[in-house]
Amino acid sequence: MGEMLDIAFISGLIGATMRMATPIIFATLGEILAERSGVLNLGIEGIMLMGAMTGFLITFTSGSIWFGVLAAAFVGSLLGLLMALLAVNLGLSQHVSGLGITLFATGLAMFIYRLHFGSPTVPPIIQPFKQIALPVLSKIPLIGPGLFTQYSLTYIAWMLIPVMSILLYKTKIGLKIRTVGENPVVADTVGVNVTLTRTLCLVAGGALMGVGGSFLTLAHQNMFLIDVIGGRGWVAIAMVIFGNWDPLKGTFGALIFGFLDGLQLRLQGMGIAISFHVFLMIPYLLTIVALIGVSRKAAVPASLLKPYRREEKGG
Amino acid sequence: MANPKQPVVRMSSITKHFLDVTANKNITFNLYPGEICALLGENGAGKTTLMNILFGYYTCDEGEIFIKEEKVNLSAPKDAISRGVGMIHQHFALVPSQTVLENIIIGADSGKGIFLDLKSARQELLQLQERFGLQIDPDARVWTLSVGEQQKVEILKALYREVDILIMDEPTAVLAPAEISDLFSTLRSLVKEGQSVVFISHKLNEVMDISDRIVVLRAGQVVAEKKTADTNTRELASFMVGRDLLEIIEKKTLNAGQPVLEIEKLDALNDKKLLALKSLNLVVRQNEILGLAGISGNGQKELSEVLFGIREPIGGLIKIDGGRLKFGNPAAIIKSKIGRIPEDRIDTGLLMDLTVEENLILENHSSSEFHRYGLMKSRKIHQFSEDLISAYDIMTAGRDAVTKSLSGGNLQKVMLARELAGRPKAIVASQPTRGLDVGAMEYIHQRILQERERGAGILLISEDLDEIFALSDRIAVLFEGAIMGEAHGEEASREQIGLWMSGVKK
Repeated sequence: MGEMLDIAFISGLIGATMRMATPIIFATLGEILAERSGVLNLGIEGIMLMGAMTGFLITFTSGSIWFGVLAAAFVGSLLGLLMALLAVNLGLSQHVSGLGITLFATGLAMFIYRLHFGSPTVPPIIQPFKQIALPVLSKIPLIGPGLFTQYSLTYIAWMLIPVMSILLYKTKIGLKIRTVGENPVVADTVGVNVTLTRTLCLVAGGALMGVGGSFLTLAHQNMFLIDVIGGRGWVAIAMVIFGNWDPLKGTFGALIFGFLDGLQLRLQGMGIAISFHVFLMIPYLLTIVALIGVSRKAAVPASLLKPYRREEKGG
Repeated sequence: MANPKQPVVRMSSITKHFLDVTANKNITFNLYPGEICALLGENGAGKTTLMNILFGYYTCDEGEIFIKEEKVNLSAPKDAISRGVGMIHQHFALVPSQTVLENIIIGADSGKGIFLDLKSARQELLQLQERFGLQIDPDARVWTLSVGEQQKVEILKALYREVDILIMDEPTAVLAPAEISDLFSTLRSLVKEGQSVVFISHKLNEVMDISDRIVVLRAGQVVAEKKTADTNTRELASFMVGRDLLEIIEKKTLNAGQPVLEIEKLDALNDKKLLALKSLNLVVRQNEILGLAGISGNGQKELSEVLFGIREPIGGLIKIDGGRLKFGNPAAIIKSKIGRIPEDRIDTGLLMDLTVEENLILENHSSSEFHRYGLMKSRKIHQFSEDLISAYDIMTAGRDAVTKSLSGGNLQKVMLARELAGRPKAIVASQPTRGLDVGAMEYIHQRILQERERGAGILLISEDLDEIFALSDRIAVLFEGAIMGEAHGEEASREQIGLWMSGVKK
């Protein structure tokens, strides 16, 4: 197995890690935003699929890939708004609302795709994103080509990590979001609009999920398949817990997943005589293992899953 | 400054309904500048509701509110805060995982643009601390603070918002005696600085101590308004309860018998995995009530949970009637005949969505008396529950009524009926009368005394010193997970118990 350690392999693996982590990073940041405000958004898997389909469809019809990304963000935020309507305004069970949205969005994505493309024997394709090599940085030996020859969306994902951190911990709205997620009564008492804050978080979070989904059809692949998300939404939910609701730590989890995803692709390519399904399982399996280790000391936002209504006389 | 004759707050003809309950009925209430006005009344008298209306947390159904001579329409707390009204609830409105500074500045716009300006906020906070003598580390996380310190954070939070009318809802309920006098001096200095304070309480002595004027509420109505200097606790009590005398408890003299509940060197952890009970020793005998006093959070919760079988201790042993108790096994505890009356009857004691009957047989449903081949013997069960309903005088539409339709006092009767039906040898009652009105409280006290006469040994865990003194044969004080001191009921003085409660050994 000498080839495992050669430079091309390592460089390729670094690049793949970055790529495969990208949709998870978008989705994880979107979910962190929602959960920090106190709403678990289980619609994530469906929102990502709608993002993937919409991004593909709009790119296919308009010819502009960035239109596709914007459309994915827009559709994601609409579904986030629907989640807010159900779980925040109406105060329904977050589990039921979220799963409902995933089921609804999954069906809807397939429906719209079929409506437009029918059932072609060869799936239609688009011209996907091209990787951009950053000058100088991509020339760094060993790690340079892998880290700095990436899709624009990957660069954006990485820039969003500190942005999200600063938003949550350094801004006024961030303090409001965290307080709403911990104790909406406190927030309401000092004049923070709980419903609005939660709605905004779900809308913005939904947009991030939508973009994360579109990466899979606009960069990772160049076509839309119904199983393109492949449970990455659920992985993002796990990463939020793994990262203790913190953007930096959550992203670290996404990187581990990306690494394993990239590794299994490479192991498959090396022609080892094990079913590729086993390799496909690796990142998911390790996600579960990691969760067992981490989630016992998790610092859950105290009001996660709890709808808020004023003037309900308690106790 | 407002004219001292003119009230800063004028609430006139306030009425508020909750479903079919009238919490406030045509109440008129004034607050004058620079005074501490006590709002006195029993639980459920409508004190907190009235102040929640002034704070904009509830909207009143009828009536008008004037703040600083201006008619106001308060639809949310922020409306009240912007007019200088702040309220500190019994359960603090703080986020434990955030810092003191973050808790104080939330929502109060400071800093330019979107970023928090922690630097100038800190400066402002330190100035306030200086001015009012409230010293708290701005960077401490709130969960690391004591209850008294958290209360200071709440006061600072109000002052930071330039509040000059401060409502405090039962502020002493969770404080140690030393912290109470600390709070009182803070309140006095606030008033000296021009603030006006509403002090909600049901404790007569405190009200006499701190207030300038007292408004007494009963059943949602104002029944008296007095200058503190012109009244006394006896008169206030009669206003509050609506009859002349406070509850008189007559206790038969009994000699304590064999030990029924023995706790030896019990160690247990709390939810944060810190030691909550430290080598705790206690003995309760037949025909005896042992009152366990103490400020909440000193291990009461953990002790009752161990005794209820829902928390496993890490060391020590418990004997019931001489037999060793199996830990962490509620079924074994039911078998060993411990009557369990939990602190929170709604969350841990009863199933609110089930019927009264189902709750009554909850612990006995698997006894052969009530089922055959796994099928419930409904006739037997109906008989059993109807007997209990009449024996305990439970006011309910019937055994099939949903439990949540019952009032607090009747819920506690269901609780007692279930736990006492098996004639337990030992009874653990945790805060058995918290939140109940006087009538229900009297009833529960009588029942507990009857159990004592029957021969049970009762461990009464309570934060209400009046209750402890009225019922106990012996009084022990729990402090930081161990017994600080113990005294006979008749010999114990409030001062001594108070000292023990705040951890002073003498």
